[in-house]
Amino acid sequence: MSGKLENASRRGFIKGSLMMIPAVSVGSGVSLTVSADVPPPNLSDYQPIFFDADEWRFIIAACDRLIPSDGAGPGALEGNVPIFIDRQMEDKFGHATDWYMKGPFHEDASPLFGYQSPLAPRDVYRKGIAATRRYCQQTHGKDFSELDEKTRDRVLTQLESGEIAFDDVSASQFFDFLLQNTKEGYFADPIHGGNKHMTAWKFIGFPGARASYREWVDQHDKAYPLGPVSLTGERG
Amino acid sequence: MAKTNPHIDVVLIGLGWTNSIMGMELTEEGLDVLALERGPDRDTVPDFAYPKMADELTYGVRYQLMQRPAKSTLTVRHNVGDTALPYRSLGSFLPGNGVGGAGAHWNGHTWRPQPQELRLKSYVEENFGSDIIPEGMTIQDFGVSYDELEPYFDFFEKVAGIAGKAGNLNGELQAGGNPFEGWRSDEYPLPPMARTLNDTMFHDMAAEQGLHPFPLPAANASQAYTNPYGMQLAPCNYCGFCERYGCLNYSKASPQTCVLGALKRRENFTYRTNCEVMKVNLASDGKTATGVTYIDEHGEEVIQPADLVIMGAYALHNVHLLLLSGIGQPYDPVSGKGVVGKNYAYQMSGGAVLHFRDKEFNPFIGAGANGEVVNDFGVEQIDFGREGFIGGSYLNAAMTNGQPIRNMPLPAGSPNWGADWKQAVQENYGHAMTIGSHGSNMAYRDCYLDLDPNYTDDHGRPLMRMTFDWKDNDVRMTQFMKQKIETLSQALRPDDYRLSFKDFDSHYDVRPYQTTHNVGGAIMGTDPSSSVLNRYLQSWDVHNVFVMGASAFPQNLQYNPTGLVGGLTYWAAKAIREQYLPNPGPLVQA
Repeated sequence: MSGKLENASRRGFIKGSLMMIPAVSVGSGVSLTVSADVPPPNLSDYQPIFFDADEWRFIIAACDRLIPSDGAGPGALEGNVPIFIDRQMEDKFGHATDWYMKGPFHEDASPLFGYQSPLAPRDVYRKGIAATRRYCQQTHGKDFSELDEKTRDRVLTQLESGEIAFDDVSASQFFDFLLQNTKEGYFADPIHGGNKHMTAWKFIGFPGARASYREWVDQHDKAYPLGPVSLTGERG
Repeated sequence: MAKTNPHIDVVLIGLGWTNSIMGMELTEEGLDVLALERGPDRDTVPDFAYPKMADELTYGVRYQLMQRPAKSTLTVRHNVGDTALPYRSLGSFLPGNGVGGAGAHWNGHTWRPQPQELRLKSYVEENFGSDIIPEGMTIQDFGVSYDELEPYFDFFEKVAGIAGKAGNLNGELQAGGNPFEGWRSDEYPLPPMARTLNDTMFHDMAAEQGLHPFPLPAANASQAYTNPYGMQLAPCNYCGFCERYGCLNYSKASPQTCVLGALKRRENFTYRTNCEVMKVNLASDGKTATGVTYIDEHGEEVIQPADLVIMGAYALHNVHLLLLSGIGQPYDPVSGKGVVGKNYAYQMSGGAVLHFRDKEFNPFIGAGANGEVVNDFGVEQIDFGREGFIGGSYLNAAMTNGQPIRNMPLPAGSPNWGADWKQAVQENYGHAMTIGSHGSNMAYRDCYLDLDPNYTDDHGRPLMRMTFDWKDNDVRMTQFMKQKIETLSQALRPDDYRLSFKDFDSHYDVRPYQTTHNVGGAIMGTDPSSSVLNRYLQSWDVHNVFVMGASAFPQNLQYNPTGLVGGLTYWAAKAIREQYLPNPGPLVQA
């Protein structure tokens, strides 16, 4: 994108004053403080903070099918989406910190009444991954992460449709969290761990945190020409 | 043992739009005023400052500025007799929390009601006969007229710096405005916002079809503005982070940008945050309030004596507090007796997504309320007898919140994940617009609020219970709007369009966001046997308790509620200042 169109004073402000931005982190002891000058980790070097090694292989193998690398645009793995999900498990979302989690629970209620499980999302993941891995061993004789792409897609489709049922967790609820969090990590600001170098934003043409378009609002039916900026001032 | 604070003249419960206004009005009388806000303190700086606000995940998806169900929620059921279930995570509606309340994170659509909507029952009876009101529908008049409220609508619009175009100035129609609106004594304080591509396409097609498009009245400043309190708004920069976000640019009207800066300078005003009122305390005869009991930021119980109590919490919380305080008789849907909790109503909406492969909408460029509207199918336009329903909608196109986690409309049949999803995302992001229908919702005998018998909050108080479902009358209304929107959609010749409207099999679903326009439960009216409040928003039962907000609406408007909420607050404030303070007691004899 053309550098001439970029606003020098705004860029200076972003770079100068916002090198360190603490993101939301609750009670986990995990610092999400990110510096613009510290490059995001490589997925292969990352040590998960919530998932164990087997779970981590599952998350990577599942994300790889939910948003694959083939075709145009980044896949979930190029975007570090598994890192985003791992961090979310230790954040308020994973712990259901903001949700009303008092009983009694009526898990058989109509879905119209929303989430009615006593499990926090991180527990849904833990049980869902374990149950899916057991299912794959029983049905296919292999770990989920060792299945070919087509078979992984079939298992994920079965989870989504509720065709597979587990005893201790809703398969479709597990899938819903997994898909929701995968898309969140793909499109959220890189400060949350995914969307590495804003590749998903560049792919679709979303300018991220620019948040100033007064001179563009009247320019109809023209593609916006500037690349994205992130909360830490990274430019794409 | 609860601690007791020194006496204060006025205690305000909540510090959003209504009680910010009440604070201004009552400090002008020289009264000592204390506001108790349940949530944290919030101001543009540091809480809404750039760049942290431009974070879709934190604010748009994880609801950082909203009420947390863990702290406060309610239960929901469809029918009397069902067991209600807790609204455990946010979805359908998003009550605010903290200073500014929902007024900090709204979009800014600022409407006056139609004159007919304020006296809906009388209007229906006079024009169509009482026979057309279906069994079980419990609509009422507000007990105050449009003409009485007009000066207060006008002042609220000036405080909030509303951008728009008048359609009716003192009875004379004005080109470019809404020709169907009630009369206005003055033009909007600011000119309309800029039009985005989708607004222009909708405007031009509506005009071509013989409809009457006009700019959506916006609480997003189209130009620099100074309001009557000396508060300054900056021109909106169409940042795209509006609803669910605090304004990073001092452009969206909110208690922070329009009132609180002026109010905080007054020596006879104080406010305390993280202080949650448990109940309003009553004198032994039950006819006056002696103050409130609250839990302070250290978790200690405090009694706050006061002469006057103004409830200005979110509509649902006002009703909850009335029920917990024993003010007014709780409503019973079986006998139809009692009033507190009666006539809870919501908003009937629907819409279309239109895909245009070759058009660039740049959906991230927009404000909360830049848009174009037609009012041709409003409550006041429709022949209820002929169409078979009571109600109406405005139809609009607007561009807001085009961030990709939540705003990724794909054509029908697109996959949810996988390589084909990724391709669909690339092909469709930025190439879609919507046309929405924002409609009224009538009140019904079995749609109401009471205390839940099974679930409690952290203080051991019963949660409030909502009994609510969609009714045929309102589904007929939205199906009528569906036809109108389908006609407009087809005329725009998109590559693909998708309609989403309630039908006769639809039941209320708490999961998808619909609107934070929960109304009723503490309704105003002309008779204590059918309303909680008189026409001045004063409790019929406890004369020194006034209840602001949309909890006073006897049924819901076709419009967003804030314009009426603001107008009613100034109307009530004038009555308190000129009638109540000189002679405290009931302002209307029962």
